[in-house]
Amino acid sequence: MNAQAHQGPAIELKGIGKSFGPVVANKDIDLVVGKGSVHGIIGENGAGKSTLMSILYGFYTADTGEILISGKKAHIPDSKAAIESGIGMVHQHFMLVDTFSVVENIMLGAEGGAMLDKGIDDARKELKRLAEEYDMHVDPDAIVGELPVGLQQRVEILKALYRGADILILDEPTGVLTPAEADHLFRILDVLRNEGKTVLLITHKLREIMHITDTVSVMRRGEMVATRKTAETSMSELAELMVGRSVLLEVEKQPAKPGAPLLKVENLNVKDERGVMRVKNASLEVRAGEILGIAGVSGNGQSELLKAISGIEKAQTGKVTIGTHVIDLTGECDAAAMRDYGMSHVPEDRHKMGLVNAFSEAENSILGYHREPKYSKGLLLDKEFIRKEAMERIEKYDIRPPSTELKAAKFSGGNQQKIVLAREIERDPDVLIIGQPTRGVDIGAIEYIHKRIIEMRDAGKAVLLVSVELDEIRSLSDRIMVMFDGEIMGERGPEASEQELGLLMAGVKNTEAA
Amino acid sequence: MTKQGQLPRWVDYGLLPALNLIAAFIVSGLVVVVIGEDPFEAVKWIVYGALGYGEGVGFTLFYATNFIFTGLAVAVAFHAGLFNIGGEGQAYVGGLGIALACLALDAYMPWYVTMIFAVLGGALFGAAWAFIPAWLQAKRGSHIVITTIMFNFIASSLMVYLLANLLIPQGSMQPSTRNFDVGGQLPLLRNMWPTLDLGQSPVNLAFFIALVACVVVWLLIWRTKLGFEIRSFGANPTAAQYAGISPVRIIVVTMLISGALAGLMGMNEVMGSQSKLLLDFTAGYGFVGIAVALMGRGHPIGIILASMLFGLLYQGGAELAFEIPTISREMIVVIQALVILFAGALEHMFRPAVESFFAKISQTKQAEGAA
Repeated sequence: MNAQAHQGPAIELKGIGKSFGPVVANKDIDLVVGKGSVHGIIGENGAGKSTLMSILYGFYTADTGEILISGKKAHIPDSKAAIESGIGMVHQHFMLVDTFSVVENIMLGAEGGAMLDKGIDDARKELKRLAEEYDMHVDPDAIVGELPVGLQQRVEILKALYRGADILILDEPTGVLTPAEADHLFRILDVLRNEGKTVLLITHKLREIMHITDTVSVMRRGEMVATRKTAETSMSELAELMVGRSVLLEVEKQPAKPGAPLLKVENLNVKDERGVMRVKNASLEVRAGEILGIAGVSGNGQSELLKAISGIEKAQTGKVTIGTHVIDLTGECDAAAMRDYGMSHVPEDRHKMGLVNAFSEAENSILGYHREPKYSKGLLLDKEFIRKEAMERIEKYDIRPPSTELKAAKFSGGNQQKIVLAREIERDPDVLIIGQPTRGVDIGAIEYIHKRIIEMRDAGKAVLLVSVELDEIRSLSDRIMVMFDGEIMGERGPEASEQELGLLMAGVKNTEAA
Repeated sequence: MTKQGQLPRWVDYGLLPALNLIAAFIVSGLVVVVIGEDPFEAVKWIVYGALGYGEGVGFTLFYATNFIFTGLAVAVAFHAGLFNIGGEGQAYVGGLGIALACLALDAYMPWYVTMIFAVLGGALFGAAWAFIPAWLQAKRGSHIVITTIMFNFIASSLMVYLLANLLIPQGSMQPSTRNFDVGGQLPLLRNMWPTLDLGQSPVNLAFFIALVACVVVWLLIWRTKLGFEIRSFGANPTAAQYAGISPVRIIVVTMLISGALAGLMGMNEVMGSQSKLLLDFTAGYGFVGIAVALMGRGHPIGIILASMLFGLLYQGGAELAFEIPTISREMIVVIQALVILFAGALEHMFRPAVESFFAKISQTKQAEGAA
């Protein structure tokens, strides 16, 4: 609030350090964020961006260093103090009460007094003023849960502004947005900047950084490695800074030689536990030796599609054919049977699904296949054999650190994904279904994982790839389908333009409607 | 950033339980001071009563046997992420199975034959009593904590009815079965090894059955496919489902095993010591099993140690109440409750502090290594 008088930087961090046990998340970080600018912070997952922002927002306290807000030394022990210093945060996963109206959400935590009436009136007035000032209109009485994600995010931003935020932190704001919604967000950020607000944008998407920021800082392994004026840098320089070496962004591959269909899904309808249809009449076919990519903004039924096909969750209607086996998906789920028919599944979420974090690497390497006779010796599991096989895979997939006894939780994201990948690929399945193969994985591992997926294809397997990263889908797939609101919107070749796919992802079927 | 598993094993399994225990004893000591007695004197009597002479040791082992069974029962369920509060009821009904085997066979068979049927009977009845809550949890989502607690009450009423109306010998005024003959009695250790000087203590062969159960549970949980599935389901149900592990099957099978282990407690009390089925013979051992399992970190070795500790408190406490009359039976229960409170409910009290302490140490070590 007192920032008006001050002309220097909005935020200054000096020598910030933070460790979690033996893990150093932030190391001696210096950062200067100019007032009235959009400052991007970019880095791979696990580079320490979120930790740094959590320190700024009071979720964690730094072990060392100091924070200056508008030139004044600030002590931020909790998020209340952060709000008082004029910092607002828009989280990746919105902190909204779905069943409350917009105005109720805005005033949450700032109700003012025991009775609500006055608070609601004040909030409504202020909301109207903010909407006009920043050109961010939302119906104050709409129920938040019924709004599209783009608008929910706007409510989050308004909430921060309502609390008097001069500095806005946005944590991976476009992860849940369609390209069109993301563009709209950038326009809003533009307005905020013109109004003198300071924006900190956390992302791992280079394009966004180039598009909207004034200045960009790059983090790598807990350290701030560089700060550049956006106009004076390039995507390839930033990518290099992020990983510490130059990266191959394109995937090399030969044209596909598709054979007979190995995976067929017919008339799949899936309802979630709340009775909402998440997959609507989806049918698809994947042939041997090809990769079918499914693109779409996350939350449009891809997860449910994967779970139904892999036998984890029951479907309302639909059947799947693996090779010659026809499986009715409306009966009892049986992920084990799917594996027996030759399907392997690298799940979207390795923490929740693909791994048991509390288990050792070796134990995780047999998860789902532990019933196979080769892993047993009489009544007991053959620990020696399991360890030996796990060690072979560690060497083959270059999993680091090379330990079969380390708990899965202690491996980095990329290495965890390699553990899952090794387990599923080494089965030599006919059909491989993969969800978000490189989510939260560092660029070095991404290259490796992409190469293995292409290898599976070239070995004549049918690969079904689901990813929210459009670049990934476009560079790996031989055919692309787009899902929107549970429906398969259409099929395109890998040469389809980003705009074309973007429209399908936004639910626009014919181009005239755009 | 995971909290668990950052500590060295000896801290997690040794130092933390010890700290909890010390805290419990300090608070207990204060209670003793408040009523005007010398806490060190009290400690002396507890230790002497439990370990100072043969009979005391025998009683300590006898109580520990009960706790091993009920502790294992809670631990097995815990590995599947299930909180089985119904050990008390399962042990009670399991006792019925044991008693029925003894009543049927004691006149015709030697004890070692009866024992086999008693073990089967106890396990079967205990498992059966755990089956209904397990089924309700697996199929209907009824919370197992609630249902197992309620089944304790149902077990209690059922046993009163059975003992007072059906199993009571004609003409008897006491709601219990008749005494078993020798064919229905486990040998007492004091008779097996007279040289051991175990006094009149009731510690019996069931102690070794409990130790065997520990080995079986260890093998089951850490060395078999079923154990792998149980632990997968407990640590991450979503991953278990992804791996094709049926939640219904795991919940039901785990609870059957858990109930069976609780049911075996009667081997010690019914067949080992009292030679008849008595009203309320479980006397809360089922509940203490929860604290034993927590303190023992769900591992059979830990459970044996925790059981010994609680056995010591039970026996030493009785001695203390006898020697210092101002410290009544109720006071002893308070001390035991404090141990349960600190070891069980407040288990995570010291953890954050100890964790940050060891994090600092390892940091300095790394810094030194780098320098």
